[in-house]
Amino acid sequence: MDIFKKLEILTDSAKYDVACTSSGVDRTAMHGGLGSTVSCGICHSFAADGRCVSLLKVLMTNACVYDCKYCVNRRSNDVPRTTFTPRELAELTIHFYKRNYIEGLFVSSGVIKNAAYTTEQMIEALRILRHEYRFSGYIHAKGIPGASEELLNELGMLADRMSVNIEMPSNDSLKLLAPDKTKQSVLEPMRFIRDRKIENKNELTVYRRAPRFLPAGQSTQMIIGATPETDLQILNLTEGLYRKYGLKRVFFSAYMPVVEHSLLPALTTKPQLLREHRLYQADWLLRFYEFQASEILDEKNPSFNPFVDPKCNWALNHMEFFPLEVNKASYEELLRVPGLGVTSAKRILRARRAASLDFDALKKLGVVLKRAKYFLTCRGKVKEGVRFRQDEVLQSLMSKKEFQMYRSSFFLPDGTKQLSLFEPPVVLAEDVQKCLTGQI
Amino acid sequence: MPDGTDIIYYYDGSFEGLMCCVFESFIKGELPVEIVGPGEHQVSLFAQREIVTDIEQARRVIAGIGNKIGGEALQFIQRSFLTCLPGKERSILLFLRKGFRVGQRIMRMPTDDAVNTLFNAVRHLSNEVHLLSGFVRFSIHQDVMAAEITPKNYVLPLLAPHFVDRYPNERWLIHDKTNSVVVLYEQGKTQLLEVEEFTLPAPDEEEVKFRELWKLFYDTIAIEGRYNPKCRMTHMPKRYWENMTEFQPGGKAGAENEKPRETAAMRVLPEAKRLVK
Repeated sequence: MDIFKKLEILTDSAKYDVACTSSGVDRTAMHGGLGSTVSCGICHSFAADGRCVSLLKVLMTNACVYDCKYCVNRRSNDVPRTTFTPRELAELTIHFYKRNYIEGLFVSSGVIKNAAYTTEQMIEALRILRHEYRFSGYIHAKGIPGASEELLNELGMLADRMSVNIEMPSNDSLKLLAPDKTKQSVLEPMRFIRDRKIENKNELTVYRRAPRFLPAGQSTQMIIGATPETDLQILNLTEGLYRKYGLKRVFFSAYMPVVEHSLLPALTTKPQLLREHRLYQADWLLRFYEFQASEILDEKNPSFNPFVDPKCNWALNHMEFFPLEVNKASYEELLRVPGLGVTSAKRILRARRAASLDFDALKKLGVVLKRAKYFLTCRGKVKEGVRFRQDEVLQSLMSKKEFQMYRSSFFLPDGTKQLSLFEPPVVLAEDVQKCLTGQI
Repeated sequence: MPDGTDIIYYYDGSFEGLMCCVFESFIKGELPVEIVGPGEHQVSLFAQREIVTDIEQARRVIAGIGNKIGGEALQFIQRSFLTCLPGKERSILLFLRKGFRVGQRIMRMPTDDAVNTLFNAVRHLSNEVHLLSGFVRFSIHQDVMAAEITPKNYVLPLLAPHFVDRYPNERWLIHDKTNSVVVLYEQGKTQLLEVEEFTLPAPDEEEVKFRELWKLFYDTIAIEGRYNPKCRMTHMPKRYWENMTEFQPGGKAGAENEKPRETAAMRVLPEAKRLVK
């Protein structure tokens, strides 16, 4: 098979993998070598679906002994199979890298023969890259559940990041759809990587130049919408993974119906992109905004509000927290304001040391006030011209798309309320107006 | 110091030249209505003065900035000088006038107009540098890697170090078509050269093969069910596409039909040198 056909098949079967990040390590080229990494990561292109292309994301092989129901590469699926030789893959990486097409390699694989053999093939490709080409670019390798600790360690000494996919948000779903995998077989390598990283940290304190094990840590991903878990369950699991396993990232992937099966959603089902989007928003709140999962969702509200983002939803439910005075609020408090992000909050902190800020100053700092204006005061005053009419407030708090969705869900085109079995979400009905006018 | 004097300064377009304008402005106690670089002469009602670049004078100003306003501010105006901000020279002068008055504190005053204008321009520059560090596409012509870019800002002095870290043992060049400059890297040394005309040789067979492989990868990696061109455009504005391999038309055939300009790709480097002004 020629290299074009191979690349097409092995890219096509790898594209459902979500992660394509290249962040977390700073490194320049070795003596006589090639390649560097920067900790912020670099996107080299964006595909037609809007996802960042940072790494050459391919499978080592799409031949697989497993029969996971949701996967295009499952044993029982009748598709052409092919395999890269380790050298082919390494050379392709170098050629792409030199042309600055990519930041490095993301290598995953179907399981060929067994987990150990598959991992050995990946190790060989990485060894050629790191040792023969003296390549210092980014490498993300997929940990294959069932590989021995020795092999995982070897792979981890060559790669920057490793990910072991937990695939499904619960053990029951895993049993149902991926009968060859168990929760245990997934969590074990994750635990090993965590412990090995701690050990490596000690090695590095003793000897600064000790070889580094997975300097960019580990990540995982799960499929959303193929199984019945609630958003709350998924978010709690995510938080648990960050805490217990020290993961760098948890990725979510809206299930794309690629396979006809009685246990799976029909092929015509649309991927739950909005739900995936909300999960990422909540994930950001956990990682950068000092939120706890329990603040975002709870037993009473186990699903995300489809109309407003999780932070805005929290704010609307905690109006007693607002309005905040821009010139006094702490960094953590500023982060709770809808519309203010990490960058804006930091800029405010820096700027207000020199002079007290008004709304004009905020605008100059690049702070977007569309939503934030309802939750902030400057020198004790609300922004001039801000009115708390329900329609206006809702329109500002929602994106155009969300607002249209909201209108069409609960109102007829002439503006009268639509008869519906479901009432509008509590916070978004008349309460909003009451809440906002009452408090501010 | 008066806020406006009806005079226009002309300078040679170099950073040192601008520093001499700053010197002149402080010595004469005047604020020019405009500071204009070469090639932008216009008929005007205002009085005009040619500011001659004096390296010694420029050094004094630069040392003064370092001492009075700090190294951070010096680096900041050096970056401001690379931006595409219209009238950046006068904005830099305004920043320095304020800076000499308030000292180091000026870098903590992002809401002040004199500072804010430059802050936004520098942010635009830094963003463009970051985007380009991913979007630059090299072609390999025998043992030289060459790329073309059309940035808005004068990015090469900030972009080149990234590729020095990345490809320290290769020979490469990046041609900035907007500003007609080429950065050349060879054996640990970078050089910035002004060029008038500069064309890359046609790609050889291997180069065409990898371009096609990359296009194939790019087209395959997108998931059809999630097609979202707007999102792509937000992250990767269309003005970058013209120099990116994945958006070039034509397959193998297209490249072959094109008449090769230079058969020996090795001539890339000497060619660049020949065209130096």
